[in-house]
Amino acid sequence: MKTLVEAVNGALHDELERDPSVFVMGEDVGVLGGVFRATVGLRERFPDRCFDTPLAEAGIVGTAVGLALAGWRPVCEIQFDAFGYPALDQTIAHVGRYRARSGGGAPMGIVVRMPYGGGVRAPELHQDSPEAYYAHAAGVKVAIPSTPADAKGLLSAAIRDPDPVVVLEPKRLYRAPRGEVPEGEWLVPLGRARLAARGDDVTLIAYGAMVGVALDARQRLLEDGIGAEVIDLRSLVPLDEEAIVGSVARTGRAVVIQEAPRTCGFAAEVAALLAERAVADLRGPIVRVTGFDVPFPPFSLEDAYLPSVQRVAAAARRAAGAE
Amino acid sequence: MSAGLGPEARLELYRDMVLLRSFDEQAVAYQRQGRLGTYAIHWGHEALQVGALRALAAVDWVFPSYRESAIGLLRGMPIETILSWWRGEPAGAWDPREHAVANICAPVGAHVPHAVGFAWGKRMRDEATCALAFFGDGATSTGAFHEGLTFAGVVRAPVVLLCSNNGWAISTPVSAQTGAEKLVDKAVGYGIAGVRVDGGDVLAVYEATRAAVARARAGGGPTLIEAVTHRMAPHATADDPSLYWDEERVATERRRECLLRYERQLADLSLIDEDEAERVRRSCRDRVREAMAAVERRAPVPATVMFDTAFADPPPGLERDRDAVRREEEGGEGEGAGGGP
Repeated sequence: MKTLVEAVNGALHDELERDPSVFVMGEDVGVLGGVFRATVGLRERFPDRCFDTPLAEAGIVGTAVGLALAGWRPVCEIQFDAFGYPALDQTIAHVGRYRARSGGGAPMGIVVRMPYGGGVRAPELHQDSPEAYYAHAAGVKVAIPSTPADAKGLLSAAIRDPDPVVVLEPKRLYRAPRGEVPEGEWLVPLGRARLAARGDDVTLIAYGAMVGVALDARQRLLEDGIGAEVIDLRSLVPLDEEAIVGSVARTGRAVVIQEAPRTCGFAAEVAALLAERAVADLRGPIVRVTGFDVPFPPFSLEDAYLPSVQRVAAAARRAAGAE
Repeated sequence: MSAGLGPEARLELYRDMVLLRSFDEQAVAYQRQGRLGTYAIHWGHEALQVGALRALAAVDWVFPSYRESAIGLLRGMPIETILSWWRGEPAGAWDPREHAVANICAPVGAHVPHAVGFAWGKRMRDEATCALAFFGDGATSTGAFHEGLTFAGVVRAPVVLLCSNNGWAISTPVSAQTGAEKLVDKAVGYGIAGVRVDGGDVLAVYEATRAAVARARAGGGPTLIEAVTHRMAPHATADDPSLYWDEERVATERRRECLLRYERQLADLSLIDEDEAERVRRSCRDRVREAMAAVERRAPVPATVMFDTAFADPPPGLERDRDAVRREEEGGEGEGAGGGP
């Protein structure tokens, strides 16, 4: 049994071992092993391919573009979610566009991974959920694990993907719960959702740390005789549309959950997809449970901000017409 | 006078400069005729572009800004490709590995870290490949320039950072761009070599770049070259510099423009006469004209190319949109294009 961060570390070890062009870079990833210890041990084993960069996120992602052009497979660590904002320019304007700009010629297999999300009592700008920014950036794929096994499998798949992939790791799940992680080669293809729990009455669609909240809500709903299905998206780009539409076609009810602020969040994209492709199957409103359209609050208030089991359960009852 | 450059090599530089000049002058005319989109003019920058590029080995990569859009011509890139780029056509995209020329970076300064990362990456592979990034004076104010040079200094990347200081970022003069006395002074802060050179003197730029590349290849790290010149033409075809500059001063500057200067130098050495100069000019003009004619004769590329080049392994949803656009192009209704599933 491993933690999610240990699974990330395992994937990095395996991929560095497998492919001599994989190059891990970021702030404090080498000697320290990363502030969350995701890169611990890499420097000892691969001294030339685990690099402590200057404190400059746009420089990290910007030089990664050049490294990719030179034949490397850079795996950049951004220390915290919101520290990625200075690098959004490089990510949106270059990482996601270089391939098109070069007529499909330039290799741009870059991974940008970062811990994200709230729930760990962290200071300002250490708790953001920036997934919509990346999902909206054309040319970039986005993966988000919620289990240790998926953390290893998605990261390995991302590193092997020929396109740039942003991997967002839910930091509140870094240390617990533990889960089984397959040893050796283990790939979870991007674009396939995971059926986290089966149910017939309502579909709860979530990713990252919200999958656990949805599963807890499902337990509570069972007490009321409501069977909730929980879908863990695992990858936002590509999106497993069939898994979402297929489940809602059966249950007729949908709740979409995200930590990020509501407006233009990824839950809105899922709701729009259901409106376009599953409206005939819907027997109630599509309900979103999200963070609020305010900056992530000081951590003493974060429990009031983050979608809770209670809110998700209430939303599911509303979607199911039971409230 | 530049050491080691024989008469033929000097004439080669001249022909390169004339080709760039010819491209530029005709591109402006084509834009006025509605045959190109908005075009960024490089008139007066030929000396520094040619001098820097010719100091590189063929394996060294160039990272151009829009001001060096035609730099690939010096590496054998077809003129058609550059014209297509300014026409907003897919044929204007190129694989940077083909001519060791990175794609044109439109946002100012953003490609500086690309060049640094590339050079660093080659060095880590023990390849003797350097990189050269062209950027303007305005770029030195950007965060990307700062982070790029910070990385370059730390990793000792074999990179030449060539600042084409033409005095203007559109309407903003260098004096409003920085408190630094000279842009090259910034090199000190990054712990890298810096050199300032007359950007209107092709041989001076050639020598400065040659020294910088030699240092880079020998493991001596990056160099910031400030090539000082004047912008004597509008920033781009959409610009009206009469609103911000002194026309009289520019007229004086134009009398010392780089191609004229070099032509006189060559004439003084009896390496060229007016007949030969005119022959070179005519030949370059014809090449650009023929390329433009070829571009305009070409059948348009299907719009679906935008789907084919965005990803190596595209998300399945794109296939649906691609099919819809293809049906539209084939004259069908294209139901669903841009309208969701």
